[in-house]
Amino acid sequence: MIVEAIASFLIVSGAAFVLLGSIGLFRLPDIFTRLHGPTKATTLGVGAIVVASSVAAYAVNGDISLRELTIPLFLFITAPVSAHLIGKAALKDAAGRRQS
Amino acid sequence: MLTTAITVSLVLVGAAVALTLLRLALGPTMPDRILALDTLAIDAIALVVILGLLNATALSFEAALLLATMGFVGTVALCKFLIGRNIID
Repeated sequence: MIVEAIASFLIVSGAAFVLLGSIGLFRLPDIFTRLHGPTKATTLGVGAIVVASSVAAYAVNGDISLRELTIPLFLFITAPVSAHLIGKAALKDAAGRRQS
Repeated sequence: MLTTAITVSLVLVGAAVALTLLRLALGPTMPDRILALDTLAIDAIALVVILGLLNATALSFEAALLLATMGFVGTVALCKFLIGRNIID
């Protein structure tokens, strides 16, 4: 029962963080501020959803499976790299725009 | 309780996908669209994990990991194309 409550809280808060990241992506004024929403909030949201899935599997089966945690691990490694590359591409795009 | 939470979170992630699609359609520059596509891949991971929780299968794990890998590779390839006009130096 209490494990189910923990899983429900984690999955709803994770989905709320994913929505928050997309609201940031939609509302913020330019590309360098828009980078903040998806790279931080959405990554944390997916991490919380995967942890909730692991906790729910524990509630059903009774054993802890840690292999699902490779998804947020991979996301935590790759999100800064892709954000850095998008920032570099946006810088080059803005410089080309200023020249022409 | 868990079923209600799954329904609520599916609605929230669906709204996030709709906002990201709007940014993908509007986005004034190319990096905006690349960022929206990257976010769509991450939203797809969240949806796959939630649906796997709803159906109580362990099969969704491999699909989510594959989506994460392919989303990252696609983002890196598009960004490197914009930066240097060639993907593999």
